[in-house]
Amino acid sequence: MATNQDAGAVVLSDKAVSAPPMGLKVIVREFMRDRLALASLVLLIVILVTVFVWSFIVDQATVQQVSLWDSYLPPMAYSIDPLREGTRFILGTDSAGRDIFGLLLIGARNSLLLGWSVTMVTSSIGIVIGILAAYYAGMVDNIIMRIIDFIMILPQLMIIIIFVTIVPNYNIVTFAGILILFNWHGQARFIRGRALTVGRLDFISASKTMGTPSLVIMLREMMPNISSLIIVNLTLNFAGSIGLETGLSYLGFGLPTGTPSLGTLVSYATNPDILENKAWVWLPASTLILVLVLCINYVGRALQRSADAKQRLG
Amino acid sequence: MWKTIIRRLLLMIPQILILSILIFIIADFMPGDPFTGLIDPNLDPAQLEAMRESYGLNDPLPVKYVRWMTNAFQGDFGRSFNYQQPVTAVIAGRLGNTVRLSLLSVILTYAVGLPLGIVAGRYNESVVDKTILVYNFVSFAVPIFVLALLMVWIFGYNLNWFPARGSVSISATTPWEIWKSQMYHVLLPAITTAMLGTTSIIQYLRSEIIDAKVSDYVKTARSKGVPIQKVYTRHIFRNASLPIASGFGFTIVSLFTGSIFIEQIFTYRGMGYLFLQSINTRDYSVIFVLVLFYGFLALIGTLLSDLILMAVDPRIRID
Repeated sequence: MATNQDAGAVVLSDKAVSAPPMGLKVIVREFMRDRLALASLVLLIVILVTVFVWSFIVDQATVQQVSLWDSYLPPMAYSIDPLREGTRFILGTDSAGRDIFGLLLIGARNSLLLGWSVTMVTSSIGIVIGILAAYYAGMVDNIIMRIIDFIMILPQLMIIIIFVTIVPNYNIVTFAGILILFNWHGQARFIRGRALTVGRLDFISASKTMGTPSLVIMLREMMPNISSLIIVNLTLNFAGSIGLETGLSYLGFGLPTGTPSLGTLVSYATNPDILENKAWVWLPASTLILVLVLCINYVGRALQRSADAKQRLG
Repeated sequence: MWKTIIRRLLLMIPQILILSILIFIIADFMPGDPFTGLIDPNLDPAQLEAMRESYGLNDPLPVKYVRWMTNAFQGDFGRSFNYQQPVTAVIAGRLGNTVRLSLLSVILTYAVGLPLGIVAGRYNESVVDKTILVYNFVSFAVPIFVLALLMVWIFGYNLNWFPARGSVSISATTPWEIWKSQMYHVLLPAITTAMLGTTSIIQYLRSEIIDAKVSDYVKTARSKGVPIQKVYTRHIFRNASLPIASGFGFTIVSLFTGSIFIEQIFTYRGMGYLFLQSINTRDYSVIFVLVLFYGFLALIGTLLSDLILMAVDPRIRID
């Protein structure tokens, strides 16, 4: 009897071994194994949903309403302005009497949207250029790499600030353009490195010998093999973009005035009095940036582990 | 070795030239010129125009560029209109502060990063290792300006452990007092910079040591009776430190460039602060030289990294 059961168990586990977990299943398993990653993911989703749903419901004009009566109210205070009687400010107000909580949500929405768009565009450019360089190698690769080497010696932050100050009719689109212009090279370098190893594999050479068109090899054969890396890189890049944008907005060279960013709220702290005595103005935005960036990075790490079988926890 | 260094230095010349041409073109888009520094309310606009003409500021861009380069080779980098001084004097005045900050940051980065990396690698999967990994993860992810603000708020304003602003106290008079005050002011910004600089050191060192632990040469050393402590200090560390050594050049450069946020938040009067001030006052001659300087620094850093890598690993020959 006992031996029968044992035999059954062996057969069962054999089956389990012969079917390796694929795609989404691996990722789900990785997150179930790493509770902190799961918590980060949940927290991230909660923040994203709150920010986007709230900014849909709330009227931007009401949040941006200026009232000098309510200047620098501490958190949980009621409005002093007779026109806004009964309004309570959970996180206090800024110099112009605007609700910090509302500004925080609108700022978070702007920072997230901008960070996401910049990430998508830089990653797409990086993927295209990286795969082209790796596939054609030789001359093409050489030229692309020399250009990337050159961009790498540029002091990135300084050049971006200079461009922000000299660009005519400065707005969100031009700002995003400047960020993209000086950020695609890192992605291209990374993708090229990975695509080079894939490009040297036998099945690519075989495909070339069989006369498969280059475009098909690049899109259908090389790209799927680095797709998991692309997703991981996208996540980490997203966190980086948010950091860069909020940093530039903090310095005053980021999103144009009238488009609040999380960095704009933090930049109130350049005033020593606010930094020391009115922490409610800048601290929530700083904390939100910190939490967002940590969560995104942690989720990225978990994705990274599930993309590499050797590092998996589950 | 020397042949390589000379060849690499020669290769840097075209890169510097391209960089300077590019920035020169960008600088031409900016309003104002290196000559604006001499503008005086008592000066007649027509006279100014004549002076501009005589100094050749209305010349075409290539002519201006060649003239600027010729002057630069003779040590004349133009004038700052905000400070009414030669650019070199303005930058030299800030260089000391930035060098002090960067030097202390580099020392702290390695003083913290190397031991943590070694401990994490040697006792990997232990509680200590896991704690170090958490620190490493946070320091990798956190944006520098958020950390710097929190540091200055907590340790500068609330706990009053460090001065929160400036690079030297006004009350300091004797050279010894000035030096002490300068070191006191540089400490918090340097600690903040170093906290973020350790990430790659710890990560590389840890994974290299974990890989080396199971390698054949370590087994050989252990089986012929080398004490475990000696295996770590003599065998593993030497091999594991290769990527760290090669990153040394980059580390220095990134500390220099990371100083824009740090210097702004700590109102520390170094080159990063000077850059932001010059942007706000539209002092283009200073901006131009600063960007060139940082680009040059990046090239030197790359060269330094390759040379160090060659020096510590005889197998590597870089052409």
